[in-house]
Amino acid sequence: MKSISLTVNGTSQTLELDPGTPLLYVLREELELNGPKFGCGLQQCGACMVILDGKATPSCVLPVAAAEGKEVVTLEGLAKEDGTLHPVQQAFLDEQAAQCGYCLNGMVMHAVSVLDENPAAGEEEIREALDINICRCGTHSRILKAILKARKS
Amino acid sequence: MSTRRTFIKQAGSITVGFSLLGPLACTTEAQNSAPIIPGGQVDENKIDAWIKLLDDGSIQVITGKMELGQGLSTAILQVAAEELNTPFEKLSLQLAETGVTPDEGITAGSRSMETSAMSVRQASACLREILLEKTAEKYANEIASLQVENGQVSGAGNTYSFKEILDGEQVEKSVFEPTEYYGKTRRKFVGQPLKRPDLEKMVRGEAFYVQDLRFPNMVHARVVRPPSYTASLKSIDDSGLADSPGYVKLVRSGSFLAVLAEKESQAVGLQRSVKGKVTWDTGQELKQADDLASFVKSLPSDTNVDEETGDWADAASGAAITLEATYAKPWVMHAANGPSCAVAIFEDDQLHIWSHSQGVYPLRETIANLVKLPQEKVHVKGVPGSGCYGHNAADDVAAEAALIAMEIPGRHVRLQWMREEEHGWEPYGTAMVMEHRAALDSNGKIQGWQYELWSDAHSTRPTSGDPANLLPGRYVEASFGTPGQGWRGGAIRNAPPIYQTDAFTLTSHIFEGPLRVSALRSLGAYANVFSIECFMDELAEKADVDVFTFRMNHLQDERAIACLERLQEMTQEVNPADNQGLGIGFARYKNSASYCAVAALVEVTDGNPVVKQMWGVIDAGECINPDGLKNQTEGGMIQSASWTLKEAVKWNDQHITSVDWQSYPMLRFKEVSIVEVEVIDRPELPPLGAGEAAQGPAAAAVVNGIYFATGKRVRILPVGRLG
Repeated sequence: MKSISLTVNGTSQTLELDPGTPLLYVLREELELNGPKFGCGLQQCGACMVILDGKATPSCVLPVAAAEGKEVVTLEGLAKEDGTLHPVQQAFLDEQAAQCGYCLNGMVMHAVSVLDENPAAGEEEIREALDINICRCGTHSRILKAILKARKS
Repeated sequence: MSTRRTFIKQAGSITVGFSLLGPLACTTEAQNSAPIIPGGQVDENKIDAWIKLLDDGSIQVITGKMELGQGLSTAILQVAAEELNTPFEKLSLQLAETGVTPDEGITAGSRSMETSAMSVRQASACLREILLEKTAEKYANEIASLQVENGQVSGAGNTYSFKEILDGEQVEKSVFEPTEYYGKTRRKFVGQPLKRPDLEKMVRGEAFYVQDLRFPNMVHARVVRPPSYTASLKSIDDSGLADSPGYVKLVRSGSFLAVLAEKESQAVGLQRSVKGKVTWDTGQELKQADDLASFVKSLPSDTNVDEETGDWADAASGAAITLEATYAKPWVMHAANGPSCAVAIFEDDQLHIWSHSQGVYPLRETIANLVKLPQEKVHVKGVPGSGCYGHNAADDVAAEAALIAMEIPGRHVRLQWMREEEHGWEPYGTAMVMEHRAALDSNGKIQGWQYELWSDAHSTRPTSGDPANLLPGRYVEASFGTPGQGWRGGAIRNAPPIYQTDAFTLTSHIFEGPLRVSALRSLGAYANVFSIECFMDELAEKADVDVFTFRMNHLQDERAIACLERLQEMTQEVNPADNQGLGIGFARYKNSASYCAVAALVEVTDGNPVVKQMWGVIDAGECINPDGLKNQTEGGMIQSASWTLKEAVKWNDQHITSVDWQSYPMLRFKEVSIVEVEVIDRPELPPLGAGEAAQGPAAAAVVNGIYFATGKRVRILPVGRLG
């Protein structure tokens, strides 16, 4: 057991836990967040993505110790305090870009990170970046539309 | 000692804290509605089996079906909203739950609109008429002057809430034939692309899935899997295990072995370490399939002539051309994005299970038999999970959680499979071989058609109460064995071509293959339509007629023709480049449900086929939600393209080797196509199942597109890289 400090959605957290625990389990179990999902535990599908110091990162393998002192944003942390959704979240709603929605966390987090880095990212760049994010329902076409739309807002 | 009521209260407080699931909720506990009667049956002939007024004045819509990501919740709310002329905000939805909702069997076969939504529509229209009558009686109004709007009845300057009209009573009358269906006459909510209320919960990261359930003092479980289907547990060295962090206990029954820990990551750690401490008796070797088609045909099978019309010999003798072709598809997995999950607790002699099963009632009966409890002691509540696309491991994980919960009474047990378990242990969609032979006359008309297919079962769902249909059923101490031959009907779904011929023969050979199998979206229709529609293109080429005209020449059904014509219009301007081809595919799902035509523009570069764009047309009769219908169809097209181009389960002599997203590749963003779907709405007709209509047509469109791009006719799936 070790004391680990990190910031999650703007709140600093100090937790006593096994430093090898993957960040995903800490977020879901200790902090009771639902956004990041367990998909593969192998960094192959993107369902568990969070934004770590500004960059979309899978959280299912990363030991929590590696997030020490860092800033983690999860899906829950994207909306403003008054509930207004982030433009990417809003675009997903507008385009109804989900079916079962299990992949949606990773899709949204990754898109936010890509557009933060390059607000003018084109379709090819978005496809390239989100290639890690698996969707089994086949909602890709709508997701692409949503992200391209969010780019404009 | 707590009673059932305290369970309801406890669970209620949790679910309320879990914020959740309403207005689209899967909660009844959170609402002050009827108590759960775990062994009870709900009389589906009563109005209040489908629609109820809750104490807070809101309206609860009830379905015995499950939300699987297909948008069922929204469509069902829409039909109720329409009949009561009341927006979503005043409605909540109760999903399948034993003892609470009607027993609607399995949410499958694209039947929920035809069945559940129509029951809700009728009950809601009945409720409206009763409310109007009662208002008129109670307040001495003319019915004609009254109208239902926004959860109230109004007329002559007064408004009356449903609650005051009914005086706190439910409408327990039996359903009857109402004088009017607003869904047919007004269509203010129905037929509109209303947004899904559940999507906002998803996008905000609110608790929504069974994976998100949390209960105080909940313990986490993982199952330690055998090295093969038929291996048995010989011994386990449990020395030192109790010292592992968070260790709670080991649960063993025969070859079923599970670990329990306080934290989820600890359970995962234990699963890994226990794996190294178990000795297994190796089971039988798995047969290898070096050549898919000959392997499948070599398996012992049970043969049946399913259909024989006309005289093949006569048709063939007068033929100008006889053509034969053999197609095959491999075992394909559901591979849910989120591994299957369930929560269970055994408390006060009752077993409660939260599950993303497609059939809570059949699951209840089968789990009761597995854990040897009377049915009335088992309660299964449906909570959405990751999309399943058919019978995946949802029932298995629920059964395992139940077995484990029985060993640790009083604590909630949460079990989620790991990726390698989901990939390696779910029941797959079976491989099939499809052999077609047809005789064309000199006018390019098909005179006769012979179709012979080979398939394993397409459903081994736990519908008969036999625990052999649940994965742990075969491993527990008193083993229930493995399921027998499944339902033959799945293999021949869409096997008879929709096209007119003078003679047709269908022969099916049902084999028992080496892998665990069950229902995958559209069952045999995917392979049957894929092969029929590719063969139609092969025949069209022989007849020297274009692929649209050739199909239309063999169709009389006007709706079928309208679908193809619409597709032709949509793709008229498409001008494929040299390395591109435009292919089409068409079918009426089950030959009795939705019509769907698909076109695919495929580009082949250095042997790598990429679908650039797809177009779809769907006629599902009365369309409840056009955007929902488009979303389902778009998803079906992309998923089918993925199966067709990339997916095949692999195994060695012991076990499945497709255990993650690298060893089981699927279509990803870089190669996924843009899709566009148009709906032909027929509000005057009944709604038809639509969720599975695109699978077969899309597969054929892709493969036919490859042919036009390259001149290469692919008959064995997946396409992979072209040689």
